[in-house]
Amino acid sequence: MKKKITFWCFVLPLLIPFVIVVLIPAAMGFYYALTDWNGVGSSARFIGFENFAYIFTQDKDFWLAFGRTAAFSAIAIVVINILAYLLALLVTQHIRGVNFMRSAFFMPNLIGGLLLGFIWKFIFSQVIDSLGKASGIGFFRNMLAKPGSAMFALMVVVTWQLAGYMMLIYISQIQNIPKSVIEAAMIDGANPFQRLRYIITPLMGPAFTICLFFTISNTFKLYDQNLSLTNGGPMRMTELVSLDIYNTAFDYGMMGRAQAKAILFLIAVVLISVIQLNVTKKREVEM
Amino acid sequence: MKKGTKIFLTVLGFFLAIAFLTPILILVINSFKGQKEIMTNILGLPQSLNFNNYVQALDKLDFVTTVVNSLLITVISSVLLVFLSSACAWQLVRTKTRLSGILYLVFASAMLIPFQCVMLPLVRWMSTLGLMSRPGLIFMYIGFGGSMSMILFHGFIKNIPLELEEAAALDGAGPVKTFFLVVFPLLKNSAVTVSILNVMWIWNDFLLPSLIINKSGSQTLPLKTYLFFGQYSRRWDLATAALVITIIPIIIFYLACQKQIMNGVTEGAVK
Repeated sequence: MKKKITFWCFVLPLLIPFVIVVLIPAAMGFYYALTDWNGVGSSARFIGFENFAYIFTQDKDFWLAFGRTAAFSAIAIVVINILAYLLALLVTQHIRGVNFMRSAFFMPNLIGGLLLGFIWKFIFSQVIDSLGKASGIGFFRNMLAKPGSAMFALMVVVTWQLAGYMMLIYISQIQNIPKSVIEAAMIDGANPFQRLRYIITPLMGPAFTICLFFTISNTFKLYDQNLSLTNGGPMRMTELVSLDIYNTAFDYGMMGRAQAKAILFLIAVVLISVIQLNVTKKREVEM
Repeated sequence: MKKGTKIFLTVLGFFLAIAFLTPILILVINSFKGQKEIMTNILGLPQSLNFNNYVQALDKLDFVTTVVNSLLITVISSVLLVFLSSACAWQLVRTKTRLSGILYLVFASAMLIPFQCVMLPLVRWMSTLGLMSRPGLIFMYIGFGGSMSMILFHGFIKNIPLELEEAAALDGAGPVKTFFLVVFPLLKNSAVTVSILNVMWIWNDFLLPSLIINKSGSQTLPLKTYLFFGQYSRRWDLATAALVITIIPIIIFYLACQKQIMNGVTEGAVK
């Protein structure tokens, strides 16, 4: 009995805010997705699966945003992780200045997504644009006003932000590899490239699992950078799913429909995360 | 390693590091220029060290009020999160019942829920409860940050030997005393890790405050920056200065506890 009281005294102070802020709204969300709710304060009438039917049959913009997000994530994940791994290999060599390099690579990660987007808005719309003007290279002109180059710009921002973070995770894994394994390979006459290809990379399994998980969830849920860099423009052609959900709710006032989209988004996020964790976990090599 | 390779890698590393810092450098250089000078000479050094942009940006951002808001919200939320989540994690680790297992799973699986999925009902529900304020925001950060913090502490506490607590119990210490005098001191490093992760996230968070705070004077730094850009989107002279000002607190934090931040971030991810 006394143990029970102790248990709740320690657990409830965290559990209560958690239930009120996360669990109850999540449960409410499933209900609101089935209503015609159209304003924060207004009433919501139950309409069954009408929102979902509309999204599946008529909401082309949402599926465009969904496909764009998936394609963007897929490319970003590859780019970020390759760069991060190469940076990690570089700064674990015995060369001068590795501490400075690490700090420089990681620094952008501390700046929040919204600020990052604004900083790069300046770089792309002013600095690179003026370079384009001076050099005559058309790609550099008005990069944020053209959908293709604007998506490329968003990729640069996200890579700049996340590469240093993922680098730290790869570094800690590289440092976990026992020296004896590397030395054994050297005695067997493996050159640095062979050591990287056959010894180090296969032992990076756990780091790949973590980094893939982080980059997937960060790029798939991307919102702040999307908002501050292009705000989905030009013509909603760089709008990712999170921004589409927000705009459906607050620009168009379709709260119920936005909630239905959010539920679909939740299902996608959970599915992708679970599949990714299972696939990469299976491929990890035991040391 | 051959000497040639070593020199090549060193040069490459420094080149990349400077490339990573270049956007910030260009931003700082331009924050001293006037509107016209930015248009005509964007890559050159400023003609004079003019702090006029900064004076105006500080004023338009209402900088002191905004930073105090951000600081109060970030610090209070992070401190409360450390205590509440370590206390909760301790009981969940030490109580071996079905219920505690279920609670752990609920906390863990909630981490997968995207914020977009709860934000709309949350806004409605919080305005009913009258929590659309700074204290309400802190309450929400405890709710949203609870999962990750609790799970990190759960991992750390599992590695603490039970004997210490048993000895304390034999000496007649109650659970509160045991937790604060025996368990919590052993969690000092973990508390630093958890705090750093929470501070980085809460300080930079934009979406939640933008939904909750609608009174001027209560805004946080990212929110105020966003509103500033809405008003002065073509004034890059003021905007560059404003961006530099908003980055400065982050840079100070980074320089002051770089080691802890880098360790904390890695440890938080690997656990």
